[in-house]
Amino acid sequence: MLLELRDIKKSFTGAEGPVPVLRGVDLALGAGESLALTGESGSGKSTLLHLVGGLDRPDSGRITVAGEDVTALDDRGRAALRRGTVGVVFQQFNLIPSLDIAANIAFQARLAGRHDAALAQDLAERLGLAAHLSKYPEQLSGGQQQRTAIARALAARPRLVLADEPTGNLDEATAEAVLGAMLELVAETGAALLMVTHSAHHAARMGRRLHLRAGRIA
Amino acid sequence: MNRAVLLALLSHWRRAPLQLFTLIAGLALATGLWSGVQAINAEARASYDAAAATLGEGRFARIEAAAGGEIPRARYVALRRAGWQVSPVVQGRLGPLRLVGIDPLTAPGEIAPVSEGADISAFLTGGGQVFGRAEALEMLPEIDAVPVVAPEVAPNTVITDISVALRLLDREGIDALLVDPEQPQGRPALEEVAPGLSLRAPQAGSEVGRLTDSFHLNLTAFGLLCFAVGIFIVHGAVGLAFEQRRPVLRTMRALGVPLGRLVGLMLAEMAALALIAGSLGVGLGWLLASQLLPDVAATLRGLYGAEVAGGLTLRPSWWLSGLGLALAGTGLAAGAALWRIATMPLLAAGGRRAWAMAEARGALWQGAAALALFALATGLALWGEGLVAGFALLGAGLVAAALALPLVLGAVLAGAARLARGALAQWFWADTRQQLPGLSLALMALLLAMAANIGVSTMVGSFRQTFTGFLDQRLAPELYVETADDAEARAIAAFLAPRVRSVLPLASVETEIAGQPAEMNLARPDPTYPENWRFLQSVERPWQRLAAREGALINEQLARRAGLGLGDPLRLGPDTTLPVLGIYGDYGNPVGQVIVTEALFAELHPGIVPRRFGLRLDPDRVPEIRAALEGRGLPPGAITDQAALKRFSLQVFERTFAVTAALNVLTLAVAGFAILMSLLTLAALRLPQLAPVWALGLTRRRLAALEMARAVLLAALTALLALPLGLALAWVLLSVVNVAAFGWRLPMFVFPAAYGWLGLFALLAAAAAALWPAIRLARTPPAVLLGVFASER
Amino acid sequence: MNARILLLLCLPAAAQAQGFAGLGGAAEGFALPERGRALSFPADHGAHPAFRIEWWYVTANLETPDGTPYGLQWTLFRSALAPRDTRGWDSPQLWLGHAAVTSAETHHYTQRLARGGIGQAGVEPAPFEAWIDDWRMAGPDFDDLTLSASGPEFSYEVTLDAQGPLVRHGEAGFSVKSAEGQASHYYSQPFFTARGTLHLPEGPVEVSGSAWFDHEWSSQPLSDRQTGWDWFSLSFESGAKLMGFQLREAEAAGYSYASWIAPDGALTPYVEAFEAEPLETVDLDGIEVPVRWAVRLPQEGVAVEVEALNAGAWNALSPPYWEGPVTVSGSHVGEGYLEMTGYE
Repeated sequence: MLLELRDIKKSFTGAEGPVPVLRGVDLALGAGESLALTGESGSGKSTLLHLVGGLDRPDSGRITVAGEDVTALDDRGRAALRRGTVGVVFQQFNLIPSLDIAANIAFQARLAGRHDAALAQDLAERLGLAAHLSKYPEQLSGGQQQRTAIARALAARPRLVLADEPTGNLDEATAEAVLGAMLELVAETGAALLMVTHSAHHAARMGRRLHLRAGRIA
Repeated sequence: MNRAVLLALLSHWRRAPLQLFTLIAGLALATGLWSGVQAINAEARASYDAAAATLGEGRFARIEAAAGGEIPRARYVALRRAGWQVSPVVQGRLGPLRLVGIDPLTAPGEIAPVSEGADISAFLTGGGQVFGRAEALEMLPEIDAVPVVAPEVAPNTVITDISVALRLLDREGIDALLVDPEQPQGRPALEEVAPGLSLRAPQAGSEVGRLTDSFHLNLTAFGLLCFAVGIFIVHGAVGLAFEQRRPVLRTMRALGVPLGRLVGLMLAEMAALALIAGSLGVGLGWLLASQLLPDVAATLRGLYGAEVAGGLTLRPSWWLSGLGLALAGTGLAAGAALWRIATMPLLAAGGRRAWAMAEARGALWQGAAALALFALATGLALWGEGLVAGFALLGAGLVAAALALPLVLGAVLAGAARLARGALAQWFWADTRQQLPGLSLALMALLLAMAANIGVSTMVGSFRQTFTGFLDQRLAPELYVETADDAEARAIAAFLAPRVRSVLPLASVETEIAGQPAEMNLARPDPTYPENWRFLQSVERPWQRLAAREGALINEQLARRAGLGLGDPLRLGPDTTLPVLGIYGDYGNPVGQVIVTEALFAELHPGIVPRRFGLRLDPDRVPEIRAALEGRGLPPGAITDQAALKRFSLQVFERTFAVTAALNVLTLAVAGFAILMSLLTLAALRLPQLAPVWALGLTRRRLAALEMARAVLLAALTALLALPLGLALAWVLLSVVNVAAFGWRLPMFVFPAAYGWLGLFALLAAAAAALWPAIRLARTPPAVLLGVFASER
Repeated sequence: MNARILLLLCLPAAAQAQGFAGLGGAAEGFALPERGRALSFPADHGAHPAFRIEWWYVTANLETPDGTPYGLQWTLFRSALAPRDTRGWDSPQLWLGHAAVTSAETHHYTQRLARGGIGQAGVEPAPFEAWIDDWRMAGPDFDDLTLSASGPEFSYEVTLDAQGPLVRHGEAGFSVKSAEGQASHYYSQPFFTARGTLHLPEGPVEVSGSAWFDHEWSSQPLSDRQTGWDWFSLSFESGAKLMGFQLREAEAAGYSYASWIAPDGALTPYVEAFEAEPLETVDLDGIEVPVRWAVRLPQEGVAVEVEALNAGAWNALSPPYWEGPVTVSGSHVGEGYLEMTGYE
């Protein structure tokens, strides 16, 4: 298994004591598989994604990514996991506004030390960004910005792509196109995909679906 | 990875060139002012050191003729043969240069640095050699001694063997003997061997050094003040840059950049920027110093007779300190921001923090610090002593005021908001208050610059006012005449007596009063003195009692140094002890002074025949008397009319403060720049705040006008607060620093008109700074304002 | 200007090619010693400004009443920059005084510099007075002198009484210094008794003993190959005296001379017969200096060992040299003074 979660628990400190968000989640994802994680707001979808991406730590349980125990890693190790193994696509795009599109696409691959100009170029063309490479993020539409973020995640050749409501900020038509392009490219690279979405329609396009309710897989 | 991260970090500046400019310019200005001042100080100090090394001033005790004049050679030899390890020095003018003759065989230590490869045989025999800086040697008149370039020699000074010096000066006697600190055992007392000579202990810091120290301390204080103003700017720019890059930093960390690496690279980025800006600043400092140094040199020469080279040397002491300060200042400014980055959670809990929004806790802390510093300043004012305490008082007071400024302004604005009627007025005050944190650093800079300006212009003005009044008292005689020798002096005095209203002989002897070196002057009983002189303290009818030999007058310097008051006994000679009859202000004179009546002076110093005279006469007859004197063979240079003397004396003082004035203008410019930069950076952030007001029906033009009014209002409030601060600063300069540095207290005068102008300039600077952002606002296309609503998340 | 720099310049010891302390330098315009010129006194006690260099040199072996030995040195050098003697500040005559007091444990030394022409230093033949600053050697005649010097650490005042005649070295006072014929005029008074007080940091010390006076002048006494000398003045219990020196050369055997002085003052000169061989050296701040010597003068049956009282009797003056009291054992027993120059 590329990704395995065993009995993951996580709570946040609220005004009246700890508020449990994940109450024991088990999950497994094989290489090349795609999985949609759906759930209501506050069901813990994003938290789960952050834990897998090493952006946060679970209170208990174990997460392994490509055989590596993420929960045992220190800050440095988790940073290495994020730049080398995992590619993240955020809802807010999180591009670097001062870098042009080409540099944004190449950014993570450069961090990981495996920048491949041909791959970056190919991704840009496939995502319809070839004409915009020397532009800056603020000059692009939301859909184009999210395509850039997808290209950035894939250009680093991750084994696992995490997407957190990647189309949440886009209108319906754009969302369809972006999602289509992402699914296609992820499938081509052979990476596994874990996508958080609240759209049943989008979830339906994934290989498997899991619904999160009150911190547990329903 | 480093390359990708650095690229991403640095790309920020390409998108925010104004920020980069602010940062670099602020830091460069700060460094420039600081290192410029340091360069001037270093140059001047090097000159004094060279001078002190040449004459052994400050390091060696000296023996001089008690009654003034030369020491015969036989006296010197007698002292040597009695075991006294002393070395002769002669001094004189050789054209425009000071010629110093030494005896290399007996000179203690290395009093005259002489370049390597010097040929002692050539130095001592034949025409001899003359050592000096290349510039000095060029001014050398035609002589048979061989010039040798020696950069270590003091400016405008040449050194040669005593035999050569005496030949060139056509003299025989010695001016002074330097006393070697190492003396053999069993030496007889000085009076036994050479009566009539007096030994002076080495002065703690040479005379020149002690006096000029205060001047340099003044300059240093201004340099630091300028640097503080610059650091305010840098702090703002760095804080803004970091705050704006927070989301990017978070993204980079999410993409796998380790925190340590990120902080390290940002440190490197800041260090690189600091070095670039610091280097620019050092260059700027160089320019500044080379512009001001000739003025400083003229001031120091005029005021203290200290020779300072007009040219600038690149000394590591100041350019290194400049770069170091640039780095330290950037570190100070960036430290807090970096700390916030380092402790920033990876997953942001809330949204974007408004940059530089002072938190309530911050304000509390700031207030506490301001209070503590005020307490410190008060303590120093009450109990502090000396120059350092004076400057610490200055520093603590200024920083306390700067820290308190935002709190005071906030309170004033809150009060105004409560009183405001009408929606627009309420919005205006509330909005102004909200803007305060973003502008407070710039306003602090303005406050400090204005306070410094008020303080210094008050000091300069007070000095000038006091001094002109003093000159009118002191330089009452219409003509001054200087004769060459005793015979001429007697002849001229006899010639003048029937031709003018009165002849006032003038003479001065270096002596020791109450353990202090002092000069003794004489006064002939004459109405001129009681008519013109004003005392700080005196007994009844001091001049009549002086003429009756009932006492002596002393200057304020001597009174302070020796702790003398009215009626205290003064030992004027072996059998003459008389009380103090009066203490007079003696501005600009470094040494203690005592005045006795003519008859007593003649008794105490029978060998001295006054060779200078002040003449009282009808001003209309000045040309006639001058012509008569010239007809009797007096060179025109020996006759000075009072107006010329007064002009010269005033010039000296004007120059003293030329430097300060230049620095004043610069600090105000820097403060204006800080306001401009703050407003420009705020402008972008202000758009979302202004858009709703625009949408509710205010024109852009009106909004722009209000923005201008806001800036001017804040500047006006700051200026108002700067006035008492500046006056306090002036008080410290006049009553604390001046007394500590010079030994006299200056009466303080206030100059409301000057302050008014200054306030006006400050408002103009603020208005000018606000103009550009306001124009930009007025021209903002409505679509952009609308965009605020569209992009609101 | 530093006095030390000055002296290095005026007596350029640095220039090794020119022999020790520049004594091998050329002598433009200066008078040269003449063989056969008879010394005449008291005139020749005085200065000879036409010559480039000259010195008056007193060394004394003294002891306290309880037998603690002390050595004393008093030297006045004259070095002329030009062969003239004028009054006034521009005199080219430079004067240099060295004084030292040596015990087995301590060595105090100091120096004075002066220019001629102004009365700060000089030598008058009769009544005899040699002085620099407050240092004096003076008396009504040359047999009855008072000697004094002072420094920051010490001072002394000693009376000298001549118990024998002046002795003339070499050929009646013409003393050859090299195979090439460099020479000086050189005479001594080795028969002084001395008595006086040394004022030392530990307090005044009453001393008595014997003293040896040398007066030598020349314009170029060393050959330019000679790098320094080892000079011995030894007084034996028999009443006889030995003055011997060897002038070292960098790459050759050097030149030696000795005067054997009988108790009655009769002097026998020996050219190239005197032998001195270092037996032991000490390291004084990086400079190897011999402090125990085997000294031989076979013609007089002298085979003695000479040992420094205080190995550290180094005068770090300009020029630097070793000067100190010695004890003598072997074929003859006695004491004396050793001077070693040119050690680097």
